[in-house]
Amino acid sequence: MRKIEIQCLRYHPVTDAAPRWQTYEVPFTDNMSVLQGLQHVKDHLDGSLTFRWSCRMAICGSCGVMVNGEPRLSCETFLRDLFPGPVRVEALNHFPIVRDLVIEQSDFLRKLESVKPYLIREEVPSGKTFLQTPRQMEDYYQYSKCINCLLCYAACPQYGLNDKFTGPAALALLHRYNADSRDAGKAERMELVNAEDGVWGCTLVGYCSEVCPKEVDPARAINQNKINSTKDYFLRFFKK
Amino acid sequence: MQVVQADIVVVGGGGAGLRAAIAAAERAPKLKVALVSKVVPMRSHTVAAEGGAAGVTRGEDSLEHHFNDTVSGGDWLCDQDAVDYFVAHCTEELVRLENWGCPWSRKPDGHVNTRFFGGMSVQRTWFAADRSGFHMLHTLFQTSLRYPSIRRYDEFFCAELVVEDGQVRGVLAIEVASGEVFLFETGSVVLATGGAGRVFRQNTNAGTVTGDGMGLAFRAGAPLRDMEFVQWHPTCLPGSGILMTEACRGEGAILVNKDGYRYLQDYGLGPVDPWPRVKAMELGPRDRLSQAFWHEDRKGRTIRTPQGPAVHLDLRHLGAKKIHERLPLITEAAKTFAGVDAVKEPIPVCPAVHYTMGGVYTNLRCATPLGGLFAAGECASVGIHGANRLGSNSLVEIVVFGKAAGESAADHARSSHSKGADLRKRAEQAERSLAALLDNPAGERLAVLRDEMRDSMEAGVGIYRDDAGLRATCAKLAALRERYRRGVKLDDRSRAFNSEWLSALELGFMLEVAEAMAHGALARRESRGAHMRLDFAGRDDARFLQHALAHHGGAGAPRIEHRPVNITRSPPKARHYGGEGKQAVLS
Repeated sequence: MRKIEIQCLRYHPVTDAAPRWQTYEVPFTDNMSVLQGLQHVKDHLDGSLTFRWSCRMAICGSCGVMVNGEPRLSCETFLRDLFPGPVRVEALNHFPIVRDLVIEQSDFLRKLESVKPYLIREEVPSGKTFLQTPRQMEDYYQYSKCINCLLCYAACPQYGLNDKFTGPAALALLHRYNADSRDAGKAERMELVNAEDGVWGCTLVGYCSEVCPKEVDPARAINQNKINSTKDYFLRFFKK
Repeated sequence: MQVVQADIVVVGGGGAGLRAAIAAAERAPKLKVALVSKVVPMRSHTVAAEGGAAGVTRGEDSLEHHFNDTVSGGDWLCDQDAVDYFVAHCTEELVRLENWGCPWSRKPDGHVNTRFFGGMSVQRTWFAADRSGFHMLHTLFQTSLRYPSIRRYDEFFCAELVVEDGQVRGVLAIEVASGEVFLFETGSVVLATGGAGRVFRQNTNAGTVTGDGMGLAFRAGAPLRDMEFVQWHPTCLPGSGILMTEACRGEGAILVNKDGYRYLQDYGLGPVDPWPRVKAMELGPRDRLSQAFWHEDRKGRTIRTPQGPAVHLDLRHLGAKKIHERLPLITEAAKTFAGVDAVKEPIPVCPAVHYTMGGVYTNLRCATPLGGLFAAGECASVGIHGANRLGSNSLVEIVVFGKAAGESAADHARSSHSKGADLRKRAEQAERSLAALLDNPAGERLAVLRDEMRDSMEAGVGIYRDDAGLRATCAKLAALRERYRRGVKLDDRSRAFNSEWLSALELGFMLEVAEAMAHGALARRESRGAHMRLDFAGRDDARFLQHALAHHGGAGAPRIEHRPVNITRSPPKARHYGGEGKQAVLS
């Protein structure tokens, strides 16, 4: 069996003053992911190595890490593609580290909550579904595929500079509801869109969309909302 | 120890837990609901459900059809009053999800579309491409944010139920980030922790699916029911067990053996034509299909892969457009995890453990026999699945019974105000034993015990079982429990985000839940649904038209007791698939 060196950035909040690198040699087969490499370490070499994971099929969004400097889902990044190594694994950029590869994600969760990610509507058809054509679904569906894995925040240079920026995934989610024909909450959400830390915080680097494992394209959602925000500004101007 | 007061504690933030929390908040907005989950809700395993959720909508369909499909699919071990309640509430819950924003796939006219599913006689599965669970979970999570009375405790691991005088008084949980122990003082607890598939090696389940809620309830004195019924999903990637949804077959995919032969026709599911038709061939139920694979493998007609034997799931004739539109997730997963382009090549698949039909025994309102304890979803046994669950019944179960459980818990919380006398003393005692696990000076490696458990379950409690194999697994599990008691030695002795410590606690739950499965299977000397005995072929209604209740046996084996099934209007008949039928039109 081939072997590969995995270098992990480690940090324990109680015993470490600063993060440090630790190296493990891991035997691997062609179908083994970086996640499975980490699991091998935890099971057999060092039970204290700490990382999040769950579904191991790229849908739960738990296992994002930096692999050789790029934000990746560790479950769908394969050791064979990184051979001969070494493979450098670190916690996602731009987030505080809780421990080892585990990041503090509450800032994102607060942002997700702040965009009012639910249908806002006075009237609901009683006991019936709304009508919505496949064409109308296209307006928002891709943005509903976000798995909240936070790779886009780790990629976003603006979020790295200013963590008040609402950021790619939360703004994509905001757009997902604004663009849904069943929703009537756009006005409520525009305040957030227009704010300095809303869409205008983005400088259109586009790396967020590049690293997205689900082809959500948050950069497009943000750009769309810059247009909406500009329209909103002028409309308010005219209404006065 | 930190103490939190809550009127209702919901354990688990997947579909059932979120639906329960919302229902409790709507029923009684003044009550404090604590939603306690070992992962952030959208990481829960509901996220991985693919195919869809059943709800009667079409003109040619009826509640009676859904009832009959479910009862025969469950090989008559379903409680028929529970099935009646269930089928009557499915559609309204799916409509509610739509009203909350769930992006169900649509027909060109804007109405929700439905697809065929195994064992269902009518097209009644609502779907959101093949990300149905993902969209349901995110919709429920995002909608739950509207309810101010729901307070989330994300990444809190529930380690123990505190019980006094047959009444739940509290939940002891570890805050994962800090390792600090919290006592939630409450009189109403809803367990919504999902299944226990991870007691087996090859499974479709996330790493979190470790039977925690079943273990919590079992230890606290609530019985587990029908645990011997474990579902093998017939189409999973060999090795990883990653699920290739039944919706593939619902959309028209076929299964062939190494000779390109549609082998299901040899196992009571044929003839092949006219194809497709409902409840025949690839649209048969999961238990029958997984059993057919087992026989094909024995006959040497499966395909050898480096990860084990497989058959081919062939989607190619559906065409690229339909495959990408209806089955995007599994197309991507087949590419990533098996290196197969489903548009151009068949996908190698085999059975893997998928679902726990049994669970914490509850009545129709989701109440367990233990006062103040409710359960819903895969961790519960409300009686709708019987000996074999039909695909697309569980995604709708979590919302139908999640709601019922949340309402029951709210009603209970409003009516009872007594507090435990010795609660804190008991909690402190429990905290000491949790902490002691960190300090074991000697013992075995966690992964060694875990892997031996999984191998033993695969060997003895597999698709086909017999007395000798089951006895061997029962003995092995008893020995593993003893080794676990003697000590697991952790590399990690610290408190902050100690996932090794939590895995050790999960293993404790898994060993006991696995014992309930193995002993239940040993006691059931018949073959029914997903429980196949090589030494007792055929269903034995005279002796075993009975639920199995497993009562916790302390350090020893569980005690299995059989109780009658509630048959209201559909007396047991031969279970029939295949045969003649009209060709179905796939939309």
